[in-house]
Amino acid sequence: MIEVQNIHKSFGENQVLKGIDASFEPGKISLIIGGSGSGKSTLLKCMVGLHAPEQGKILYDGQDFTRLDFEGRIPIRKEIGMLFQNSALFDSMTVEQNIIFPLQMFTEMSKSEKLDRANFCLERVNLAGRNNLYPAELSGGMKKRVGIARAISMSPKYLFVDEPNSGLDPETAILIDELIAELTEEYKCTTVVVTHDMNSVMGIGDYILYLYQGKKWWEGSNKDIAHSDVKELNDFVFASPFMKAAKERF
Amino acid sequence: MFFTHFGKYLLLLRSVFKRPEKWRIYWKEIIHEMNEIGVGSLGLIAIISVFVGAVMTMQIAFQLVSDLIPSSIIGQINRDSSILELSPTITALVLAGKVGSSISSQIGSMRVTEQIDALEIMGINAPGYLILPKILAGITMIPVLVIVSIFLALVGGLLGGALSGAVTASDYISGITDGFQGYTVAVALVKAFVFGFIITSISAFKGFYVRGGALEVGQASTRGVVVSCISILAADYVVTAMML
Repeated sequence: MIEVQNIHKSFGENQVLKGIDASFEPGKISLIIGGSGSGKSTLLKCMVGLHAPEQGKILYDGQDFTRLDFEGRIPIRKEIGMLFQNSALFDSMTVEQNIIFPLQMFTEMSKSEKLDRANFCLERVNLAGRNNLYPAELSGGMKKRVGIARAISMSPKYLFVDEPNSGLDPETAILIDELIAELTEEYKCTTVVVTHDMNSVMGIGDYILYLYQGKKWWEGSNKDIAHSDVKELNDFVFASPFMKAAKERF
Repeated sequence: MFFTHFGKYLLLLRSVFKRPEKWRIYWKEIIHEMNEIGVGSLGLIAIISVFVGAVMTMQIAFQLVSDLIPSSIIGQINRDSSILELSPTITALVLAGKVGSSISSQIGSMRVTEQIDALEIMGINAPGYLILPKILAGITMIPVLVIVSIFLALVGGLLGGALSGAVTASDYISGITDGFQGYTVAVALVKAFVFGFIITSISAFKGFYVRGGALEVGQASTRGVVVSCISILAADYVVTAMML
């Protein structure tokens, strides 16, 4: 379980997060949603330690991540898998080398064990046999899937996903969402997804945290969202005529 | 401003020299970087050194027009100039452009495409993994390149002198062998070691803290080369003042 307590973060004069509190439970997919500049990516980066919050705590199963130094964070980081918005694959490495890389760094697996694990992860994301391709040779959807394969190579306890569907066609976006849902179930991991995609919100959102102007504005599940009377949330989620029509049918 | 950047540079170096997660993986990277920096720059350094040596011989001969000065002195001046100044400094300035810009843009691209963030989230010491192999390769391969450069500058001097008729081959060889002091090579190697550290660490520093996109990566690369070149010239003065 990940608990976020009273997180504040500023960049110069710009106060981006103004005291966020939230809990993300294991085995569930938690979505952080909000408009541009609402602070959702900043919150995610604070949670994984890429940004240091000025105030507040981030607890991984009770352990305060914000108070740990680089060395102290390593055991938690070994349990974190992350898919970046642009996949962030190492472009000088092949698909297979990308997946094997964390295993090489942190495990004592033999060469064949690492290869077996890479093949398993690639099969899991439906990319079997693409081991020797370089990231530049992959489509956007394939890069995301390799990113997921790399994120699950160490069997993560916490899975973070930043904008998984950006730049993907609707069909591929749904496949990625389904994959995230299957992996969360399979690894019983605490999955936190930052997204703009309303299909994801309605499809896989076990818990939804809506941020508005750097504050927690609403939280609930995808079933609650249609019945919410929070104006800012409704304006955000049901912005398109299609979504408005869908809400009326609820 | 200067002190802010310098402090940030020192803090980055502290992270670079932390104990590596796995030496075996770092070792592979070191060998790869040694190949990139050393073998990859050999051709360019060879061409430059031969021509610099040849031109130096002709210019020294042009300036020493006197029957009282033996022509073997041309070889001596060329030897000492090449060992003490020309080979280490010109090699370093050329490598600041070639290797330094490559290091800045490589690390800068990794920064803007979130690859460095990915390393950090995995729990890998990104400065150590990305920069340490480059520094170790730089401080080992640049002295090797400087030795090669000295040798080729002397060969270039021989060819330039003989082809232009400025000095005979026998006079030139007698000049470069007479009164040779091994200490001058030690000075050259110290300079090469310092320059290797400057080129790799400053370029990596500029790339590591890039913010923005492709344009900023290019700008960081240019700044890395400029700062490296100025630092090389300043370090050249300091080492020369301390050792000679």
